[in-house]
Amino acid sequence: MQRFRIIKRQERLGWRSCFILLTAIALALLLSAVMLVMRGTPPVEGILTLFKGAFGSRWAIEDSLIKAIPIFLCSLGVATAFRLQIWNIGAEGQFALGAIGATWAALTFPELPKPVLLSMMIGAACIAGGVWGMIPAILRQRLGTNEIIVTLMMNYIAILLLEYLVYGIWKDPASYGFPMTPMFSEQAIVGKIGTSGVNSGIFHCLVLGVLFWIFFTFTRTGFELKASGDSVRAARYAGIPYNYLVVLVMVLSGALAGWAGFLEASATINRLQPSIMVGYGYTAIVVAWLARLNPLNIAITSFLLAGLRVGVESLQLDMQVPAAFGGMIEGLILMTVLASGFFVHYKMVPVRKQ
Amino acid sequence: MTLEMIIPLLAATIVAGTPILYATLGEMITEKSGVLNLGVEGIMIVGGLTAFLVAHFTGSPSLAFFAAGAAGITTASLHGIVCLVFQGNQVVSGLALTILGTGFANYFGTSYVGLSAPGFQPMAVPLLADIPAIGPIFFQHDPLVYLTYILPPCLWLFFNNTRYGLGLRAVGEFPEAAAAAGLNARGYRWLGILGGGFFMGLGGAYLSLAYTHLWTNNLTAGRGWIAVALVIFAFWRPGRAVFGAYLFGGIMALQLRLQATGTQLPSSLLLMLPYGLTVFVLVLSSLGHRRTNEPAALGVNVEPAD
Repeated sequence: MQRFRIIKRQERLGWRSCFILLTAIALALLLSAVMLVMRGTPPVEGILTLFKGAFGSRWAIEDSLIKAIPIFLCSLGVATAFRLQIWNIGAEGQFALGAIGATWAALTFPELPKPVLLSMMIGAACIAGGVWGMIPAILRQRLGTNEIIVTLMMNYIAILLLEYLVYGIWKDPASYGFPMTPMFSEQAIVGKIGTSGVNSGIFHCLVLGVLFWIFFTFTRTGFELKASGDSVRAARYAGIPYNYLVVLVMVLSGALAGWAGFLEASATINRLQPSIMVGYGYTAIVVAWLARLNPLNIAITSFLLAGLRVGVESLQLDMQVPAAFGGMIEGLILMTVLASGFFVHYKMVPVRKQ
Repeated sequence: MTLEMIIPLLAATIVAGTPILYATLGEMITEKSGVLNLGVEGIMIVGGLTAFLVAHFTGSPSLAFFAAGAAGITTASLHGIVCLVFQGNQVVSGLALTILGTGFANYFGTSYVGLSAPGFQPMAVPLLADIPAIGPIFFQHDPLVYLTYILPPCLWLFFNNTRYGLGLRAVGEFPEAAAAAGLNARGYRWLGILGGGFFMGLGGAYLSLAYTHLWTNNLTAGRGWIAVALVIFAFWRPGRAVFGAYLFGGIMALQLRLQATGTQLPSSLLLMLPYGLTVFVLVLSSLGHRRTNEPAALGVNVEPAD
């Protein structure tokens, strides 16, 4: 048998790493097709339906864009935290808090003029999400508490808090017992662009994405963040305030996820109800890991994974495939891409027989 | 509260704590070898589904129990492939495994939601079950509970007094030194991952076979994550894991009891209790500054030797 030696690559791979990435994704899709076969769905037709459902019509692309908005905003924050080697698994909860904050503003001041009210909703969402992100950061910084578990537990708590509110004090008396708040007033709703179904939240993404890029390219703090991501110890020696950065990043991360929660409540469902929680915060983790810190990559990956969600919806309708299929593909893609990183960092050299 | 109320509550505590205990001990085995496996939640739910399906179709809960262990090993082996073979980041691999496992179980379990499976029936231990108070609390459960009474001391012996247990810990502390001393570092890490996965699978099996007796989507509801937290709380010691698992069992039993008695508190607030307690327990363990027992090489991959 031919034996190989594993050697760390000294040089950058360049475009070939793209090829490795695509192979990994193809493998994940192949395994997903096997999963379809195991439940008796024709695989080729299934994968085709998935892609057609995701990007095959104007309506599908619009829907993918709508879903990409919250995923993009959550990913920006999660990616920043990952860069600093902070594992923020809490985008889901921070998103929920953002939606709660925005709803509070919308229900308390429904009659304010639109620009004022929307700004207040954004402010409330960012504060609520930011505080939710700050708690695990401070616990980590002061006590060394594991932020992965704290952020995750706070997701469960946030979702239950949201349920408590919409089943209780915020429940619409006219909803026939359904757990939902009353519909927001006209002033509290982010409108759609022209005749399309896409809301102008996409402009928020554009602005925030450019700001994100400027922050990392041109500001001192942005540079410090990037630098300390590579080596925490080196950063401390260089006098970079690592502890402060950890808290800052988690607050920013929470505020961005909170902003996503605001947009989802205001623009997409126009009220608060439990169905707002569909796991965008978890998809954001996958996006952040795949796209790293480049906002353009994050945007593209968000759009693709949003498309996956839309595609799975049409698979569900047309071929009775359970909705959990989407989560399974996300997990498979993350695993295969993670494993494929091996071929980017190492090379295998055949060992010659002596 | 009277004694007649407290005894059933404590008995329910043991039952609710058992799946968490299995998973916590599983994660502890894995972490002792220096591998952080955050996929417990995913492995547990795959184990739970496997146990449910095998029991549903064969009618044999014992077979189902071992099938769940095998499913746990299989699922955990993905973590081994990604981290040990392909040098992937352990945190991300664990997260991916949780997403994948949860998706997998909900995908294949959808058609069976609400169906029931034959589970384990309570089996009183002769003599011991008749002791007042102690008997009803500890010795009138199903056999899977009794297994968790002997498991922690066995694990303690394994970690401290056996060759393989000591090797496992050495690899978790300093894999390069262990390798230099002639131990197969990667082999031990495989042992940690697969052995841990076995018990995580059993934890899932307990949920579907003895706790609920039926299949629901998202069966585990965060118990896998609680197990990860409990390993830290237990300072990587099996004995303290028992204490932690029953603490959570107690809070879950209490929450169910309060809901059943129709308290004024809304159920969403009651359901927050275990998650809030997890954060609290973690803060508590960080306050003590006794993290010295954490395997030094936890989460760090062993570079491939050339």
